[in-house]
Amino acid sequence: MATTALRRSGTGQRRLGTFLDQNFKYWALLPTLLFMAVLTLYPVGQLLRLSLSDAQFIKGKLVWSYVGLDHFTTLSHDPVVPDALRNTLVFVAASVIIEGVLGLLLAVLVSRVRRFAWFYRSVFMIPLLIPPIAISAMWRLMYDYNYGIINQILIELGATRPPLWTADPDLALASVVIVDVWHWTSFLFLIMLAGVESLPHELGEAARVDGASEIQVYRRIFLPLLRPTIIVALMLRTILAFKVFDQIFLLTGGGPGTSSEVISLYVYKVFFVQGRMGYGALLALITALIMSVFVVAYQWLNSYVNKTR
Amino acid sequence: MIKLNPKTLLLHLVLIIFALIILGPMVYTFLTSLKLFRDIISGSWTFEPTWRNYEQLFMSDRSNFTDLTRNSLIVGLLSLLVVQAIAALGAYSMSRFRWRRLVGSLVMGWLLFINMLPPIIFVGPFFIIARTLGFYDTPLAITMAHAIMNLPLAFWMLHSFFADIPVELEEAAAIDGCSRLQTFLRIALPIAKPGIAATSVLVFVFSWKEFLFALTLSSTPKAMTIPVGIAAFAQEWNIRYGEMAAAAFFATIPALLLVFIAQKHIVKGMTLGALKG
Repeated sequence: MATTALRRSGTGQRRLGTFLDQNFKYWALLPTLLFMAVLTLYPVGQLLRLSLSDAQFIKGKLVWSYVGLDHFTTLSHDPVVPDALRNTLVFVAASVIIEGVLGLLLAVLVSRVRRFAWFYRSVFMIPLLIPPIAISAMWRLMYDYNYGIINQILIELGATRPPLWTADPDLALASVVIVDVWHWTSFLFLIMLAGVESLPHELGEAARVDGASEIQVYRRIFLPLLRPTIIVALMLRTILAFKVFDQIFLLTGGGPGTSSEVISLYVYKVFFVQGRMGYGALLALITALIMSVFVVAYQWLNSYVNKTR
Repeated sequence: MIKLNPKTLLLHLVLIIFALIILGPMVYTFLTSLKLFRDIISGSWTFEPTWRNYEQLFMSDRSNFTDLTRNSLIVGLLSLLVVQAIAALGAYSMSRFRWRRLVGSLVMGWLLFINMLPPIIFVGPFFIIARTLGFYDTPLAITMAHAIMNLPLAFWMLHSFFADIPVELEEAAAIDGCSRLQTFLRIALPIAKPGIAATSVLVFVFSWKEFLFALTLSSTPKAMTIPVGIAAFAQEWNIRYGEMAAAAFFATIPALLLVFIAQKHIVKGMTLGALKG
């Protein structure tokens, strides 16, 4: 009796083992799927529910109350939202264009040197690995009106009234763009360098033999070949630029006034500083919707470019 | 045998100027971190270097920077372990077994998708989850956020590393009677070790850099990480410039080390989704 039971449980275990083994691929992927469901799908559901409610923590418990479309009314009267949207678009456009031009220029230059190419590549990579908050702190020191090196140099050069930089409403956003260019040009440089290095250089050689000038070679032959890389890189950088938060949080805090307010920072303020979780959720949801369109367009474009490449 | 070609010289000159623009702010910050406050405000170009600011930062009773460094390390390492365990299994399954095309592109596409969305979208819900489950203001809450934030990167990188391993070894192991799990643990994982190491380094650095989640999921030095501490410096009424510079420079050290250790892999990780393979 005892031995048969033992044998039976033995085969049961073996059967379970085989079952687990045969379905290895399913349960190996399961943690990824669960993790994504709990931490991405569930939060989106939370946002949907929050955007129609008011919610407050009372003694550590979240208390909900349904408010219908109230937050949409708030949104239509909120004067900060158009400012934040406009600033975000200006910031993204200015940063991406400047970084794109500089990134391409640097990629072409670095692809032409033999010696020390590894050095330039390493140096240009550094800003991408530094905490953005540390970068902002560095520039905070340099922009400082009284003690910063930038105004110190301007005064040495003869400026009598050096700019206020981050404290000047007209310059605040531009100051942040400068920091962003310092931070992110490397990103476009790396992508474009990969593109430039995979160019068919025999083609350029052939054109040079036929008497084309160096500029003609780049403009007429290489630039058209690079176009897919450039488009994909700029599009990707555009999407990433919308994430901007850290630099503006530390350098200007969105001010003076709303002169450098951007979407991410405003959502943070509404949600955490003003404690309006419902309205903050609505703003986050709208951000998610707008960005989704961009991301889907990018993924479509990227696969299209990869197919034709 | 250096030929002094004027064109090449000009090229290097331009590149060196750009390199100086990149290095300048870091050098300036480092120099500022060695200055006493009176040297910072005097604006003179010469000064006597001192480690005072670093001592203030790490040794003083008023400073909590040691706690923050500890938290940054805990969050970085813990999120790294979580991410790697989940991503290695998932990426192996995805790259080694037959999946319907739809499943494949859904999983990989969704990962890429959430990687590109602004993190501000998830900040509110994560805050609520952490508060409700009672682990708000602990390193665990920040770890959770960093783990999901880094999952796409780890998954995509490991996927490409596993895809590069020749399948014959695993087939041989299967013929010798290894189960699929054993094959994964004893054959695939050890071969993919360099790739896992590179991914780990990147995941750690991204966690070390991250500010928004750390800011919104912590409120005391019990859980605050280094970036949150640096931001706190800047928000004081009388900014302690020297200590802020020291903190900022300290936070860049992993980046400087990394550039020399894992250059090739950084490019791959940084430009996720833009480059094939």
